[in-house]
Amino acid sequence: METTIDIVLLTFLCITAIAIIYIRKLFCGIMLLGIFSLLSACLFVTMDAVDVAFTEAAVGTGISTILLLGAMGQTNAHEKRPPYQPLIALLVVLVTGSVLVYGTMDLPVFGTPDAPIHLHVAPRYIQQSPIEVGPPNMVTSVLASYRGFDTLGETAVIFTAGIALVALLGSSQKKRPPCASPPQPATLHDHLILRIVGKMFIPLILLFALYVQFHGDYGPGGGFQAGVIFASGIILYSLIFGLNTAMRVVSPKALRLLGSLGVLLFGGVGLLCIALGGNFLDYNTLAARPVDGQHLGIFLIELGVGTTVFAIMVMMFYAFSLRGRNTS
Amino acid sequence: MTILDITTALCLTAGCFLGITGGFGIYRLPDFYTRLHASSVTDSACAFLILFGLMLQSGFTLATVKLCFIFFFLVLSSTTATHALAKTARSRGLEPLLGREDKR
Repeated sequence: METTIDIVLLTFLCITAIAIIYIRKLFCGIMLLGIFSLLSACLFVTMDAVDVAFTEAAVGTGISTILLLGAMGQTNAHEKRPPYQPLIALLVVLVTGSVLVYGTMDLPVFGTPDAPIHLHVAPRYIQQSPIEVGPPNMVTSVLASYRGFDTLGETAVIFTAGIALVALLGSSQKKRPPCASPPQPATLHDHLILRIVGKMFIPLILLFALYVQFHGDYGPGGGFQAGVIFASGIILYSLIFGLNTAMRVVSPKALRLLGSLGVLLFGGVGLLCIALGGNFLDYNTLAARPVDGQHLGIFLIELGVGTTVFAIMVMMFYAFSLRGRNTS
Repeated sequence: MTILDITTALCLTAGCFLGITGGFGIYRLPDFYTRLHASSVTDSACAFLILFGLMLQSGFTLATVKLCFIFFFLVLSSTTATHALAKTARSRGLEPLLGREDKR
């Protein structure tokens, strides 16, 4: 049964990928990209990687679709045909692809118990993480504690991407202060039903984000997903009630502060661990009992990740929509 | 095979049938509004029937509560999305297709 589901999902995935290559309308391409992420999220669920599936669904289907639509607003809605025949590129892709496929011949078969990945560190994670780290959700303990460096790197990457985007598109606050400009009519002002349903939903979305943030130790979830969900709540608010209202609720200045505060919190916890006599990001030193220290450390760094992701995502959305308004 | 199982099977079959007809409808129907009708059938009735079938199987557990949450979320969100699409299309001046050209 699971094989059938895998085959169906992979077939859909291939069809979607080919359609994305061929389609010239960017809007359709963005929607297909969303479908592609949703299909891969389903595949992750069939592989029991629920955390990854959650992230893929929230980031790939949710927020990146919105951000890509915002980016599309800056350009044409159609992809231009390249003026040349991309034959050399096709050749390069074919050769690289066949080399990669040839390389996979040496990999162990999927699910082999004596594959290197199952012998190296995985047994330790599975056997020791409830004693050493504590959280019932093993993914959280691997992500936040054993692999804390990697997560710090990922957070820094998101932060850098956000800073780079704001630097490229320009922080529009100087050109047009949002408080001074006359209140523009909200984009969907005449949609009464949308406004009412939005009012009902936005608190629930924010609450769900907080649940995902603080329940990450026990179930699928964590800072990345929570930040994205919180950001999509704010984005929904600004879509329904207008950008200026949203900017009064969550100002760009506060976002810049929050975004850097999250990374600082993450790095600060690491430095605090050094100051207390351990290694960088060695949470055992944070409390009297090592497990309590781990719990506190994971809580703090997940909070940092969530704050940064939320701030950067909303900041990107603001940058795109402000830019679109200034040029139009 | 209890009555519960039979009801579940009926609900799931009806839900899947509605899902497939919705897919066909999006592909075959002539204009935006009729296609929207087809997709809204998939969003609402199909999803509700499948959720109800699953609820019957899970009994009085936490899973049922979660399914109920999904149900209420879908009741509000998918119908609102359909409404917003239709209203936006109407206000942008997209006229519905009224009968076939050759028969008018």
